[in-house]
Amino acid sequence: MKFAVLVFPGSNCDHDCYHVLKHVVGVSTEFLWHKETSLAGFDGVVIPGGFSYGDYLRCGAIARFSPIMKAVEAFAREGGSVIGVCNGFQILVEAGLLPGALIRNRGLKFICADVNLRVETTRTPYTAEFRKGEVLTMPIAHAEGNYTADPETLDKLKRNDQVVFRYCDASGNAADSANPNGAMENIAGIVSEGRNVLGMMPHPDRCAEKVLGSEDGLRLFKSMVNSLSESRV
Amino acid sequence: MKAKIYVTLKSGVLDPQGKAVEQALHALGFKEVGGVRIGKYLEIALDGGTRDEAEHRVREMCEKLLANLIIEDYRFEIGP
Repeated sequence: MKFAVLVFPGSNCDHDCYHVLKHVVGVSTEFLWHKETSLAGFDGVVIPGGFSYGDYLRCGAIARFSPIMKAVEAFAREGGSVIGVCNGFQILVEAGLLPGALIRNRGLKFICADVNLRVETTRTPYTAEFRKGEVLTMPIAHAEGNYTADPETLDKLKRNDQVVFRYCDASGNAADSANPNGAMENIAGIVSEGRNVLGMMPHPDRCAEKVLGSEDGLRLFKSMVNSLSESRV
Repeated sequence: MKAKIYVTLKSGVLDPQGKAVEQALHALGFKEVGGVRIGKYLEIALDGGTRDEAEHRVREMCEKLLANLIIEDYRFEIGP
């Protein structure tokens, strides 16, 4: 099994994702420069966090037209596993692979902090090994993570069980006071209708080793790898 | 030819920057201010083609890249 970690000009979590997959989870992983055009031989794609193209125009707006993104779109539409974290999530919504948009945090500030997340569904390859309703702790680091969608899109997300994570307090209430950025309905992560494309603002790549304070992120990557292994058998 | 393009947030979309600017204007005594919305202004020089072609091309640019139609509207003027 082999994973690709995409690298755009301005990506800065690419090494974190690579390290977690290759050295912590222990699966074959390669960096893939954004000018590449093929995903042949890869079983999963990680679009890492960062500031691709300096966040110019809109976060992710220019990266989504990088040559590799045509291959990612085809890969995703064929059911391939794609995770976008933070700027990766922004790139996925700009590319139309996930619905909605990520706008400026309601408090205007860049927020770098640990947040609590409630697992809303285990019906994804990425969360199959969590418990529904479980509260995780993961760091966020963004200025544009305020998830926004029109009412029809929100309804559809909820109807199809596509909301994967919500910001919550320590006891699991998705209260407004536990919402760091103003995201609609405290949404922190969503999955595509086909359940193979995950976008999330929190960083599982930054909490995948005990020494970093939490291994909740590791469980997400392991869940993905295990689901992929099972589906291959 | 030159295109002047305005990209603005759709009316229902939260604009925290606009809100902060509105509060600052109020603090400066401009009490009459309300509904501040911040958008983007772009100028683009266009090489060749007719005005109709330019309009068509600029619309395509807006819809493909310059505006995110989920959260933004756009309008433009084409001039010399």
